[in-house]
Amino acid sequence: MNTKCGILGQTGLQFFGRITASISHEIKNVLAVLNENAGLLEDVVLMAEKGIPLNPERLKGLAGTMGKQIQRADGIVENMNRFAHAVDEKTKEIDIHETLSLLFALTRRFADMRGVTLSPAYKNSSIFLTCNPFFLENLLWCFLDFAMEATGEGRELTIATEENEHAVQIRFEGLKGLAEKDAEAFPSERELALMEALDADFTVEQGKSRIVMAIPKKGYR
Amino acid sequence: MKIRVLLVDDEKDFVDALAERLFMRNYDVTVALRGEEALDKLRQYNFDVVILDVRMPGIDGNEVLSEIKRIKPLTEVIMLTGHATVESAIEGMKQGAYDYLIKPCETEDLVAKINRAFEKKAEHEERIREARVKEIISSPRAALRNA
Repeated sequence: MNTKCGILGQTGLQFFGRITASISHEIKNVLAVLNENAGLLEDVVLMAEKGIPLNPERLKGLAGTMGKQIQRADGIVENMNRFAHAVDEKTKEIDIHETLSLLFALTRRFADMRGVTLSPAYKNSSIFLTCNPFFLENLLWCFLDFAMEATGEGRELTIATEENEHAVQIRFEGLKGLAEKDAEAFPSERELALMEALDADFTVEQGKSRIVMAIPKKGYR
Repeated sequence: MKIRVLLVDDEKDFVDALAERLFMRNYDVTVALRGEEALDKLRQYNFDVVILDVRMPGIDGNEVLSEIKRIKPLTEVIMLTGHATVESAIEGMKQGAYDYLIKPCETEDLVAKINRAFEKKAEHEERIREARVKEIISSPRAALRNA
């Protein structure tokens, strides 16, 4: 199992499992809100049947809350669908900003749980690269996961991007706790296997409290 | 006397709706959206039953449970979990939680569990009272020393 393919397969499944488990948790939360609001609506109607006047504003408020939760669930399922389709093609032209935005949406719960604020610091314009979409998402998640743990007391992680003719740079900044992290533990064999598959590279800049990942614009081997 | 319930969950829309439904069922409900806020309220006031989400930002449910059992050991706790698995809730029960429910849950199930948890707490308090009375009768001086 320790072949490159084995490591990529294992880490990919772990990543997929972790994200889908988080999505299911989010959906459960939405269902719980809808369940309580539907129940509250039922309670209000039962009270009206007993002669307590029905307040239209109250009903409007409940309908508004339920509508908001349905939109939230729709967003979660849409992101889940985009994530699931990342495995469709071996190589694809990707907008790195779209991928990062999707990843932030999928992993916001992990950041919230750790009390970390994710701050994207890139422009709305697109930066394209051609690579394996799932490997890219997996590698970005590995870096994001490590970077969130390395924010130290600052608890704010800034993600910036830059491009040149050949490569895209993704910077994970604000890692005030980087010096305390075990240098041996990162990158592990999973990050190394993913970087090899994407022809990617990285540098740790302790002085600037950041990690910089570089991916060639046409990097899939 | 109304049963005093502290409802702890980071989903505001969930907490607001459930609190109102419990209020309609004659419970005295206080809400907290974070573990830290829940512990502050627990230090200030007495509650009979705490309904506690397992997964929350900041201090998570199991840590809050440990602290509740340290500062208010008689307060009963019902864990709420959004996971289909029950491991996290079982872990909570090992730490002294009364019971658990998986979200979304039926309000009537929750109400039944709150009532049973309250009865357990009331029974426990009654036994402590009886033990104190017994102590006073058998050895008034020792009881005064321990008071």
